[in-house]
Amino acid sequence: MFPKFDQLLSRRAFINSGTVGIGSAALTSQLLAENSVAQTTAGALKPHHAAKAKRVIFLCMAGGPSHLETLDYKPNLVKMDGKPMPESVTAGQPIAQLQGKELKIMGPQHGFTQHGQSGQWISDVFPNISKLADDIAIVNSMTTKQINHDPAHTFMNTGTQISGRPSMGSWINYGLGSESKDLPGFVVLTSVGGGQNQPIAARQWHSGFLPSRYQGVQFHSTGDPVLYVSNPNGVKRDGQRAVVDAVNSLNRLRNRDIRDPEIDTKITQYEMAFRMQASVPELVDLSDEPQEVLDMYGAKPGDGSFASNCLLARRLAERGVRFIHLYHRGWDHHGGVKANVEKTANLVDRGSWALVEDLKRRGMLKDTLVVWGGEFGRTPMAQGSGRDHHIKGFSLWMAGGGVKGGITHGATDDFGYNAVDNVVTVHDFHATMLHLLGIDHTRFTYQFQGLDQKLTGVEHAHVVKELLA
Amino acid sequence: MKKLFTSILVGAGCAASATAGVDFNRDIRPILSNKCFACHGFDEHDRKADLRLDTKEGAFEDLGGYAAIVPGDLEASEAWYRIITDDEDEIMPPPKFHKPITAEERELLKQWIEEGAEYKTHWSYAPLQDKNVPQGESTVDHFIKKELSTKGMALSPQTDQVTLARRLHFDLLGLPPKSEIIDGYLADKSPEAYSKLVDQLLAHPAFGERMAVYWLDLVRYADTIGYHSDNFMEVSAYRDYVIDAFNKNLPYDQFTIEQLAGDLLPDATQEQKIASGYNRLLQTTEEGGAQAAEYLTIYAADRVRNVSNVWIGSTIGCAQCHDHKYDPFTARDFYTFAAFFADVKEKTLGRRQPNLKLPTESQSQKMVELREQIKQSEIPAVLAADADLSANLAKAQLQWQQTTKTELESDAASMWQIVKPVEMVSKGKQVFKVQEDGSVLATGPNPAKDDYTFTLTAKGQVSAILLEARRDKSFRKNFSRGNGNFVLSEFRVKHGDQQVKIAKGLASHTQGGFPIEKAFDGKVDGSGWAGDGHGAAVDTDRQALFIFENPIDLGDGGELVVEMIHQSPHSQHNIGRPRLSLTSSLNPGLSGVGELPTDVVEALKLSAADRSDEQTKKLTDYYTGIAPLLADKRKHLESVKKQLADAEKNQRTMLVSEPLPTPRMTRILNRGDWMDKDGEVVEPALPAFLPRDGDLPADRRGNRLDLAHWIVGDSNPLTARTMVNRMWMLLFGEGISRNVDDLGGQGEPPTHPELLDQLAIDFKNSGWDLKGLVKAIVMSETYRQSSTPSESLVQDDPTNLLWARQGRWRLDAEFVRDTALQLSGLLVEKQGGVSVKPYQPAGYWQHLNFPKRKWEQGANDDLYRRGLYTFRCRSFTHPSMLSFDAPSREECTSQRTRSNIPQQALVLLNDPSYVEASRKFADEVAKREGNTAAKVSYAWKSATSREPSAEEQEILEGLYQAQLKIYQADQEQAKAYLATGHAPRDESIDLAEAAAWTQVTRAILNAYETTSRN
Repeated sequence: MFPKFDQLLSRRAFINSGTVGIGSAALTSQLLAENSVAQTTAGALKPHHAAKAKRVIFLCMAGGPSHLETLDYKPNLVKMDGKPMPESVTAGQPIAQLQGKELKIMGPQHGFTQHGQSGQWISDVFPNISKLADDIAIVNSMTTKQINHDPAHTFMNTGTQISGRPSMGSWINYGLGSESKDLPGFVVLTSVGGGQNQPIAARQWHSGFLPSRYQGVQFHSTGDPVLYVSNPNGVKRDGQRAVVDAVNSLNRLRNRDIRDPEIDTKITQYEMAFRMQASVPELVDLSDEPQEVLDMYGAKPGDGSFASNCLLARRLAERGVRFIHLYHRGWDHHGGVKANVEKTANLVDRGSWALVEDLKRRGMLKDTLVVWGGEFGRTPMAQGSGRDHHIKGFSLWMAGGGVKGGITHGATDDFGYNAVDNVVTVHDFHATMLHLLGIDHTRFTYQFQGLDQKLTGVEHAHVVKELLA
Repeated sequence: MKKLFTSILVGAGCAASATAGVDFNRDIRPILSNKCFACHGFDEHDRKADLRLDTKEGAFEDLGGYAAIVPGDLEASEAWYRIITDDEDEIMPPPKFHKPITAEERELLKQWIEEGAEYKTHWSYAPLQDKNVPQGESTVDHFIKKELSTKGMALSPQTDQVTLARRLHFDLLGLPPKSEIIDGYLADKSPEAYSKLVDQLLAHPAFGERMAVYWLDLVRYADTIGYHSDNFMEVSAYRDYVIDAFNKNLPYDQFTIEQLAGDLLPDATQEQKIASGYNRLLQTTEEGGAQAAEYLTIYAADRVRNVSNVWIGSTIGCAQCHDHKYDPFTARDFYTFAAFFADVKEKTLGRRQPNLKLPTESQSQKMVELREQIKQSEIPAVLAADADLSANLAKAQLQWQQTTKTELESDAASMWQIVKPVEMVSKGKQVFKVQEDGSVLATGPNPAKDDYTFTLTAKGQVSAILLEARRDKSFRKNFSRGNGNFVLSEFRVKHGDQQVKIAKGLASHTQGGFPIEKAFDGKVDGSGWAGDGHGAAVDTDRQALFIFENPIDLGDGGELVVEMIHQSPHSQHNIGRPRLSLTSSLNPGLSGVGELPTDVVEALKLSAADRSDEQTKKLTDYYTGIAPLLADKRKHLESVKKQLADAEKNQRTMLVSEPLPTPRMTRILNRGDWMDKDGEVVEPALPAFLPRDGDLPADRRGNRLDLAHWIVGDSNPLTARTMVNRMWMLLFGEGISRNVDDLGGQGEPPTHPELLDQLAIDFKNSGWDLKGLVKAIVMSETYRQSSTPSESLVQDDPTNLLWARQGRWRLDAEFVRDTALQLSGLLVEKQGGVSVKPYQPAGYWQHLNFPKRKWEQGANDDLYRRGLYTFRCRSFTHPSMLSFDAPSREECTSQRTRSNIPQQALVLLNDPSYVEASRKFADEVAKREGNTAAKVSYAWKSATSREPSAEEQEILEGLYQAQLKIYQADQEQAKAYLATGHAPRDESIDLAEAAAWTQVTRAILNAYETTSRN
């Protein structure tokens, strides 16, 4: 009996900060269920239904890619190039940098071609991604609520624009736990190029009110791949081992007297940290990848490119990391949309394709959900030679993990302005992602500030059934 | 949590179970709130079946022959039927709500209805209840023991003195005790020993720092603006105000008033203005394309959330889009509350300029001195003090007037005296031939690049040189023997060994991208002054005029050396036929007298007698501005002025509150939509349902001062309850009401409501004496008991709801750092000042942009300050502190999470701050007298305040011996290890020994006991 209550005690900080909303679990079973969160591997809930996806790789195209030059084919807009945007469409709508400017239509700057059996329309800037036409579901009817980068990312990641809420990667790790013994369950990688590098704040992978072990851990391409993961200068691995052993022995002795399960956890965490000191360098060392794989991705080890990050994403997925979030900060094209979309597309096209293809070859695509998209889209109206931020309609694609390939879901109006058919809100997207992971979003809650907080917020969100295989 | 509470007390049948009788606030309201109020509560919009269960009237209302709740009659209560029915269509809450009522809850509801369904005001909104504790008894112990005795339980034994002293140090100072303090405390056998220690620590300056760490979490203090670019904002003076306020025990009501409305106080002091900076701490944006109207809404909501959470433990922020679901706050309350802050003057978007300057005393003094110096160095003052100079200047001015007048009347050429060089050297071996017109023609080889050195002789004053690039018929075209063009990379003049400074250049012609300034920018590079001679043939020569900063006096004859450097990548762009002229004029121009203001010219043309006084003055003013006699004086004045400007820039500044004469309009926004323009315009008002001492004045708009007075007013029960609950949490690890964030309907009922109320009353009655409150708690037996529970206590009360033991936890991020620094002896105990930048991994800020920036690591003391002085970037909180749960300070944090994650191990093991601390700690250990055992014992005791056990001793000695061998065999590794961090190592200690001891101290710093409070 005694050890069990010890374990109960170990959850006290957690219990204090909130309770898991998993229906009517009786006290004891609920406490025990929560207790299992203390282990690095278990989640806070049992899947509500059979999961299709075990993990998520989110390729965030940060800056807001123009849907009109990437995934949303608008042949009619070509003819309207240079004409004034009808006021009936734009009146009373939020506008970012085009506030108070004349609103003129700019036709798509790149051609589109149909691909695959499905005949999906994909922009010619993606010669590789277009090879995935039959694997991906394109959503052309996304909408969001935030028109500036920072809050829009926050909204996409946390379901609210208020700072301090958990990111989706934290939510998912909290719910499902991590499958990796020696790597964090939520990893973030970043790359730049092709447009102005809008800032990305650490709040985008913060665990908010969830326990901080669910926070995303950023991997860096220069210096320590994970902060503080290298031994101090002048300390070799056996020297570090000796210190860790001493620390753990001291802590065990201490715990003999005070019997605090937090100390047991601390001992486990020192072992985990020590393993990470080996596993992280091993993970980022691409020298064991065959040249043909490097070529397939277009990755050069250590270059910090999106392509290299895609390869790292596959390696992380193989090692059981639950949520892998890549940011490519290069899609903010207020000017020169034609040349710049092509430039950024060129930096992400090969890696994106290679990742999906590689996962497929390894039999991992079926339980890995890959998402490709930004925080918003861009206006059909010209901003000089570029396009401004746009939230009323934009695009993304998803593949694997129970997503139906070869379909285009939803549509914007003829201007590519308003999503009009089968609108998918950010909350709908979250609900769908959670569904694929075996989670009913309405029952996935955490109590904070007196409310049962959900990733999908307070307004009704819907699982987009049409996207499910 | 509330489920746990009721379940443990009632359902699970353990020793901690409740007394008979159901308490509405403790047992029933939480169930109704969590399961019913969302549809049958306060929010009218979402209310279903027109039924509300949050009020007695609503629940008992006749619904047409039946009622939801009939007191005392279970069978007649429709609500009861709805709870127990199996009918999927009728059961409440509906299954899709996913919040079924549990068996235990059902029992409680049953008992409650049967006992008469008594409704009570929600506990935190009810007035404070005074219960009179017997004189001389500890309020804390009175209520804690009372409850325990009803259960036949008792407090845990009092903890040992060492643990108690450590606990008190961590709780009150955020630092471990120093050995001598512990020794002194243990030696003091008087009954007042503990009380004296408490007083000593409450009076310690570190107390304010420790308290500030918590307060700054609440008010989300940071050094950056938060959104998007997350640029720096200087508000550190507010942090220092908070530290001082806690240290001088500023009454909490005054502390509140000064922060919310210090600027509105009559004759506000500088401190009070700084305090009002509280209203400027919110997150703001400088993002291009942001919409002002939207951000005004965001800022207003931010303030409502923060003020209501910090001071009254309420979530008014939840009523932004609709009436609150669980508390009686309406959306109107939200907007009328926001309206109190509509007078805060601020730029909505873009960089906010500081509106208070805070020079240090020495800076103030320095600026006074500099201003005085400027006064004395102003030219008129200098002249007034020096009669000779004044007379000479007058003479010189007359002469200048004369000359200039002549110059004005003659043609340009007469101002210039052509000089034939006495010596000419070409680095590129060109052969120079002096021509009749004084120009120098280049002949012979024509190198790709060439530097000329011409020596000139002249007499008297030289103020400028004119360079002409003349055409010559021997050239294929224009000005050079190449393609006709030239690029003069650099034009230099030397007088003796002195380089003559060229202040200004004028050119007759400028080729795009090759302006004259490039010829005297001090850089020999591809750029320079070019003649545009590579096109068609032109019909004018090119002229360049170089004006000296100060004229040169060559007296009866002297030399000037002129260098013309041609290092352009364009080949053979050497001037083919240069000619040099000199002038003594102070007003040289290309075409006659240049650069003279027209009114000066007008005045010069008149005779002295014909000039008006104004014109005479104008002439004198102009001349004093250019007079060579005053060159040094002018230079001096300029430098003093620059010093003053620098000193002003270096002052610390602050963003403080300033009231707008006309506050911004505040509108109720439907569903919080900032684009909504139909909502009612509202004025500041207090939340309608909460008690107040009196209404806001009718004859003027309510302001922040009114709000602050209401917050600390006699009838407001929330403020004292909120603060007392949080102070309790700091001293026990959890609040009396476990949800310290929210005392509202969705919060947690207090474990001991009477205790919370009594402490709140005492707090208010003491004149909001915070140190008094702390002392009352830490003097109690409850505080002083052991944190190690007996086996039976763990079973009876697993989550410590009865407070029959103390808490135990890992220190907050800042205190982990402070502890390591104190043990190493590196800690700099300086208080206050601008935020500092200790070690941080390179590249951690790479994702910041507009502008891109780097963490400019500090030096010396800045590396070793307490954690609360570390620069707080909201987007990227210092990674070492972040690992230990330091919040990002974006929103109010009233209770930090306390995680236990591998990153903490990585930080304590590998972060250079901690490696350096271990290294310096090791220096201290190695220097101790005695054998290895004595040194180990010293090290362990320094960190944990106690002697090591035999086993601990053995572990650490074993580590030392093993590591010593390794480092003796590998001195290079030892050297590398000991080079971590900037603090110099003690060279008197053997390298291998120091490294081995560092391994030992590193293990000690990582041990749980070192950084935990117990």
